Formats: sequence, structure tokens, C-alpha cells
Amino acid sequence: MNRLGLFLLLIGCLAAAALSVAAGKVWVPLDAWTAADPRSIIIVELRLPRTVLALTIGAALGLSGAVMQGYLRNPLADPGLLGVSPGAAFGAVMSLYFGYAAQAWLLPIFALAGAATAMALLALIAGRSASLVLFTLAGLVITNIAGSLTALAISLAPTPFVASEIITWLNGALTDRSWDDVKLALPLALAGAAILATTARSLDALTLGEGAARSMGVDPRRLQAAVIAGTALTVGASVAAAGVIGFIGLMVPHLVRPFAGNRPGAILLPSALGGALLLTLADAMVRIAPTVSELRLGIVMSMLGGPFFLALLLRMRKGLA
Amino acid sequence: MSLSVETLAVTIGDKRLLNEVSVAFASGHVTAILGPNGAGKSTLMACLAGLMQPTGGRVLLDDRPRGDFERRDLARRVGYLPQEADVHWNVDVATLVGLGRFPHRGRWGETPEDRDAVTRAMAATDVGGFAKRGVSTLSGGERARVLLARVLAGEPDWLLADEPLANLDPAHQLDGLDALRRVAAAGAGVIVVLHDLNHAARVADDVLLLRDGRVVAFGPPDQVLTRDLVAATYGVDTHVGVAPGGRRFLIPTERLA
Repeated sequence: MNRLGLFLLLIGCLAAAALSVAAGKVWVPLDAWTAADPRSIIIVELRLPRTVLALTIGAALGLSGAVMQGYLRNPLADPGLLGVSPGAAFGAVMSLYFGYAAQAWLLPIFALAGAATAMALLALIAGRSASLVLFTLAGLVITNIAGSLTALAISLAPTPFVASEIITWLNGALTDRSWDDVKLALPLALAGAAILATTARSLDALTLGEGAARSMGVDPRRLQAAVIAGTALTVGASVAAAGVIGFIGLMVPHLVRPFAGNRPGAILLPSALGGALLLTLADAMVRIAPTVSELRLGIVMSMLGGPFFLALLLRMRKGLA
Repeated sequence: MSLSVETLAVTIGDKRLLNEVSVAFASGHVTAILGPNGAGKSTLMACLAGLMQPTGGRVLLDDRPRGDFERRDLARRVGYLPQEADVHWNVDVATLVGLGRFPHRGRWGETPEDRDAVTRAMAATDVGGFAKRGVSTLSGGERARVLLARVLAGEPDWLLADEPLANLDPAHQLDGLDALRRVAAAGAGVIVVLHDLNHAARVADDVLLLRDGRVVAFGPPDQVLTRDLVAATYGVDTHVGVAPGGRRFLIPTERLA
């Protein structure tokens, strides 16, 4: 993608961030935090961490989606496909199920443990062969297992309250997040992003298929390790801080791909910026929308993502026919 | 520059895909690998390209075992054109050919040498006219040339091509054979898996016949593409003739019991 495109995306992110800080049930002008304005606490303690989280998680999900699609050479791939995000969600659900959520710091630890377990399982099943097909199938199996275990936890929930709490968690949101959540998610997401950024050139080589890429000097095991670790960190951190927010990783790479000449390595940075922009904007919108209670961000993204996925499928079918 | 295999063996389970294969390939030559389905042609190519570890014997590059070389160094010396011609993303032709510079590229992106090599490769395969087109808009013949240009852009000492002429019409097959000849004439060693005996007769300096993972014969086409050796390799009787211009041709006539 050219510099102008990246610049526009960056401007978009800043504008969305400004909107996100100002928007809500109470509109707060951006200069309120400089004065000894009582509303400054809304900005500094509520809106700002929420905005930083939206930017972080959006970027993490967009980037990991772009890497997954490039790695699996499958335009329908999404971090969820790997099983990492469902694994993280199941971890979080377990902490809710056992009532540990009362301790705020336990839920993130459970979510990260879930992501790490899913990652370790993947490495165990698919690690030695490093074949893409096996890797994808292993991811699908883990997704299914995590999903059914989560469903089991819901149906066995000791009280209706726990069940509703779990369901609420599964529909991710950024409501009432604090700087503590930022402190947890940001460093992990940054570490994951740094690892994912190293895969760019290998993803380009994979355009020609696994054999050609290996013959050009791509080390398949190192690439797979980087993809697993980077995805687990970015997605695990995101789920820990906000629950499950789907489809960002699917949608954003498609939206930026034509502007980057379809080269998989060239869409990583635009996908991160685009993800940040999309999620921050969507999070501002759920606060602005004139509903009685705030719309759940995860539900809104699914409602956007479902039709997008369908349109994508129909377009691909036309291309194949 | 030398590339050879010594007593190469590949065994998967109790199946022997390659058995005691020893061949020294010549640079500046086109070596055609022929044999029936399951003879071990692609397995041999995979060993040469480093995609498969032999269970016995070794692959020597410049008289050193393959494993002694760094991954990147190997990739610069040996270019591999796989049988699958899939291009997974609709990048433009120039970008795709540029991927061939992957083993040469430094940390800081494209150098003038990279650009020159890409330009030369595109000229050699005559794809410069559609450098900006997306790969998905190309015809089969155009795509085959672009994929060959990708390998040539890496300027390898050795070009390994696994059935590069499959799915091409006769005119494009002749173009492909001529392109391989030019690569060899420029000094590189070309090793190509072919299915058509006549293609081998046309293009090859050396022919390697494989059957059941073993070498049946290795040598110049007029010594190897004979009625007896073809019968021993494929189990078919052939009519061998000489076309006007002195080139030999082979027509399989019937299956031998």
C-alpha cells in the first residue's frame, strides 16, 4: 500500500479515537480534560482507556487475521479458525463458571491460559509435519472442542446468573474497561504484533505454494512457530480484555487488500490500522446509537461480519464458476 | 558447479520410492527425467530441491553435502519450479516475478541488482508486455512463462522443473522447451521431469530413465531413447523414427505384456 493510503488510515484512526473519547451517553468536549473540569475524569478514567483498548484490540485482530489468511492462503481464514480465540474464550468462561471472576485479575489469566493451551495443542497435533492442511484441520478441531466445552459450561451453569454472565462474556464488549485492562492487553498485543511482523516476507513467498516457498528459503517450522506465538499473544490479549469480538480479522484484510496489490506481506500494516479504525469506530457507534442499554460490540461486529462473509462467499463462488 | 546424487534412497513405511540412485548432472545441459507414474521422478526432484530428506545416500552440490549449505544459500543456487502452478493471490506479474529474488533480498528491500535480474527474467520469457496485469487474468501459456520467469529471476545455477509443460498446447510446449534450452545455453544446469518422450528427444542433452525407484539408463537421448530401453522402462513397444531434420521421434504402438 502506498504512503498516502497508510497516512489516510492513520488519520482515520486518530479521528475515530477523538470521536470515541467524546462520544457516549454524555458528550464530553475534547478540551474538557485540560481544564479543572469535573468531566475530565470521564475522559481520563473511562473514555481514554476504552479508546486505547479499542485501537489495540482492533489492530491486534486485523493484523492476526491478515497473517492467518496469508499463512493458510485462505481468504476466509480468521484467527478464530485456529482455535486460539475460542480457546481463550473457553478459558475465560471457566473462570466465570467457577466464580473466580470476582477476582478481576483471574479472568485474564484464564483467558491467556486458554489461548496458550489451544496453541500448545495445535503445535502438538500439527507441529511436526508443518503441513498447512493438517494445521487448518487441527485448528478447526480445537475450535469445535472449545466451542462444545463452552456450551457444556453454559448448560451446566450452577445458577442462571452464571449462565447469563457467560453469554454476556461471549458477546465481547469494551464497556467499563479501565487502565488495568490496557496495562494487561497492550504489552502482550505489542509483543505478538512484533512477532507477526517478521512473517511478512515469508507470507509473500507462500503465494507460490508451500513447496516453492520452501525452495526459496522459507523455514516452514520457524514460520509456523511465529504464526502460532504471534496469534496466541495478540488474540489471547484481545479476548482477555474484551471477550470475543469476531470478524475483524476476516473483514479488514479484504477491505485493504486491493489497495496493497493483493500481496499478503504488504497488507499487514494496513490491516492493523484498518482493524484499529473499524473497531474504534464501531465502539463509538454502539455508544451513540439511541438504544435503552448499550449495544454489545461483539454482537454488532457479528451482524456486520455475517453479511460480509456471505457476500464474500457469493463473490468467490462467482469467481470459481 | 556440480550437482549429483549418490546411492540415494527414499523409503516411506515399507515402500521404496527411490533405491540406489546415483547420477551426476551436468551444468549447461538439459537433463530430462522420464519414467512411468510412480517411478520416483517427483521424489528425486523433491530430494534435489531439498523438500524431502532422503533416507539413504546423499545429494552433493559442488561436491559438498546439501545439508552443509545454509537454507538461503541453497535457495540462491537451486531454483525449483513445482508442478502445482497455483498462485494464491492475484498479484501482478512484475510482483510475482520479483518473488524470485526472495533468497537474494536484503533487509532493506529491493536493490538495483534485484530490479535488473527481474527485468532480464521477464525479457527472457517475453512477459514484459503484461507486467502490470493480475496473474488471475493470464492464459495458461502466459502463466507458465511468468512462473518460469519467477525462478529465472533468482538466477540459480540449477533449475529444477517438475512437469512444466503439463496443460499447455503444442505451441506453448515448444516455447517452454526452447526457454529451457536457452537457460541451459546461458550456463545453468536444467533438470526437468517430462512425460512426453518426444519432448525429451527434442530438448535433452541427457536423459535419465527411472522405473520403480531405480535408474534404468542415463545418457544422451540417442543412446537412451531406444526401443529396448523404452520397453524396459514403460512396458510399451515403440516405433522409433527420424524426422526430417534428423531429430528422432518415438510413437508408442502397443502395450507389452
